Amino acid sequence: MSPSQKPPSRSTSRDLERYAGLFASRTRVMTSSAMRDLMAITARPEVISLAGGLPDTSTFPPETFAAVTARIAEESCAKALQYGPTDGLEETKECIAEVMGAEGMRADRGDMVVTTGGQQVIDLVTKTLIDPGDVIIAEGPTYPGAVPVFNAYQADVVQVDMDSDGMRVDLLEETLDSLDREGRKPKFIYTVPSFQNPAGVTMSLPRRRRLVEVANQRELLVLEDNPYGLLRYEGDPLPPLYSLDGGVFVMYLGTFSKILSPGIRLGWVVAPPPVLEKINLGKQEADLCTSTLSQLMVQAYFEHADWREYVASLTEIYRARRDSMLDALADHFPREAEWTRPGGGLFIWATLPSYIDTNDLLARALRDNVAFVPGAAAFLDGRGHSSMRLNFSGCGEERLREGIRRIGEVIKEQVALYGTLTGELPAVSAEEVSEPEGEGEGGRLVELPRRAAHTRRAGGS
Amino acid sequence: MSRIAVLKGGRSLERQVSLRSGARVEDALERLGHEVVGIDVGVDLIRRLREQRPDAAFVALHGRGGEDGTVQELLEILDVPYTGSGVPACGRATDKVLTKHLLLETGIPTPEFFAFTQTAFRELGAAETLPAIADRLDFPIVVKPSSQGSALGIKFARTPGDVPAALVAAFSYDGRVLLERHVEGRDLAVSVLDGAAGPEALPVVEAVPREEDFYDFEARYEIGRTAFVCPADLPSEVTERAQELALSCHRLLGCYGFSRVDLMLDQSGELYVLEVNPIPGLTDTSLLPQAAEAAGIGFDQLVGRVLELAFERAASAPA
Repeated sequence: MSPSQKPPSRSTSRDLERYAGLFASRTRVMTSSAMRDLMAITARPEVISLAGGLPDTSTFPPETFAAVTARIAEESCAKALQYGPTDGLEETKECIAEVMGAEGMRADRGDMVVTTGGQQVIDLVTKTLIDPGDVIIAEGPTYPGAVPVFNAYQADVVQVDMDSDGMRVDLLEETLDSLDREGRKPKFIYTVPSFQNPAGVTMSLPRRRRLVEVANQRELLVLEDNPYGLLRYEGDPLPPLYSLDGGVFVMYLGTFSKILSPGIRLGWVVAPPPVLEKINLGKQEADLCTSTLSQLMVQAYFEHADWREYVASLTEIYRARRDSMLDALADHFPREAEWTRPGGGLFIWATLPSYIDTNDLLARALRDNVAFVPGAAAFLDGRGHSSMRLNFSGCGEERLREGIRRIGEVIKEQVALYGTLTGELPAVSAEEVSEPEGEGEGGRLVELPRRAAHTRRAGGS
Repeated sequence: MSRIAVLKGGRSLERQVSLRSGARVEDALERLGHEVVGIDVGVDLIRRLREQRPDAAFVALHGRGGEDGTVQELLEILDVPYTGSGVPACGRATDKVLTKHLLLETGIPTPEFFAFTQTAFRELGAAETLPAIADRLDFPIVVKPSSQGSALGIKFARTPGDVPAALVAAFSYDGRVLLERHVEGRDLAVSVLDGAAGPEALPVVEAVPREEDFYDFEARYEIGRTAFVCPADLPSEVTERAQELALSCHRLLGCYGFSRVDLMLDQSGELYVLEVNPIPGLTDTSLLPQAAEAAGIGFDQLVGRVLELAFERAASAPA
């Protein structure tokens, strides 16, 4: 081997200290957490992962994919390989208007920016609006993927409790009042009103109306993140905040990830023109434009196939999986556990007794080859340590049931152990307490963790 | 030039750290001119070792399976020379309870502790002893799994009321846990490296957490989260004593090649050994490479020496 082929010399520890001195202060909160290290194990094939948020892409017809790409090759090869406008291709915006129309929204093509996935919208909106220390209001729990974004821009995130009707808008108003007394005003309110990630709950119509009113009265921007609105398994659709507000204070985040494919990384934002202009400049600075190839794939797909039919087929699959998971929870989780009963989307949120830390529970569950997302990932204020997010879209019904059975066993083991430690239960073998509790159909009441009585330090483990 | 299998990854909770250690070791071995075969340890380990027929294995595994003697036993059976401690030393060092008993028997200071198995609580009513323990150990106490190598599962119990939940957490990682008196003070690590003249203690590293009130798993592997001072700013007699203790531990447990001994220095200047790591981390932020560098031993030289020791042990072993 010649010297030039040798691998580069890695940095010495002294160099690392030098690099550490160069990091921006915002990297303090950009940590690769122990949880992420644990999550690395969940990717192993023998693990039943209820941790992801993965749509099932296996049912997308390969011949449709082939037809779509062939069509691009024939009709717009050079264009697909070229840069595009920062705000996105007009033909893609047509498709977006169609998707928004399916949920009763009308959006002007000029008010949209096509983005690299919905995640980029969260980044761009936060970048546009947040100076270090500025307040963002989010739901508690909130989308775990938004947490690192808010952290990176050093936002002060205040999380408002939820119940089975979504964000408690009355508590939101109290929070706004108390912030107001401190002379502070949030820059925006981040919400996933329909089939929330991670809680699985949906904001009721009265609360939607009230939230829009509050935003208008107080002149607050709202970022409505709506990836799952079309994945409804029961009940009637509710109007998105955007349609209630008409786009005055509500910014709308949409994505093709859950209705078509997360692999194409295609999302969008609709916002009031002055905000959109800044978002567009931020987008240009971040990546110039969204993949032209992906945008043309969507356009070709919308022309070639019936996207509504595909969404309908996904809805059938996910509904059955949701039902399987709910049945399995009733069969296998102990009576001390509570969980939500989502009418759509991809997630169920389960809450265990406060003496169980779901970070540690995950380590134990991984020994039995099953994984979930510990609830702490959905909070910035140290709550959520006894909750977990369970995804039901990413694997088949049999694996879902088996995964829930295994998690249930581990929870029962810990409940029994705690009982023997505190004398609340007689010392008995794990087998004796693992009998199903014979719960009835469906889930139990929604109970999301309260802010109170959480003295455990952040970071947990 | 030799053909070296670098064993990394695996199923332990420290998989990710091990992958980082392994990647650095692979680069170093290549720079040293060896042919490197990286193996992410799994069910095909034996088959791959038989196919690859390495001259030696560099064990860059951390945690269960890799550090506790399991992989070492397999390598013995296959007659593949390997780096680091042998089966008995790995078994002793990864069992914190056994380590602490051995330390106490030898007169090496370690914080007072009590150890329990889940069986003791489930079948023998051990919960009834908890109030007595609360009387004998001053709070706060540290509750930790006996075998987990990183800080995962380690909890503080500030009051007796915190103990049951802390035990439930610790039992998530291991069937045996220990309750240990919390030593308030400075967090030190002394790495030991074997050589021709016997084991040598490297300069002391002090870990100073920048934010958290506790040196946690996250900070341990995160650039910029913990400040490492090496050599630690200590009175010379404390440095000598820490190094002496580390060498005693390394010899007592029968470690070979390298090891890292974690200690606490309390306000009165007393040193306590917390644990011995038979396969210290070899990542960018790990303590052993930092200490070696402070002693003038670069990473490549460190890796080269540890490998050389593996060949020496194999050569001196009875056929």
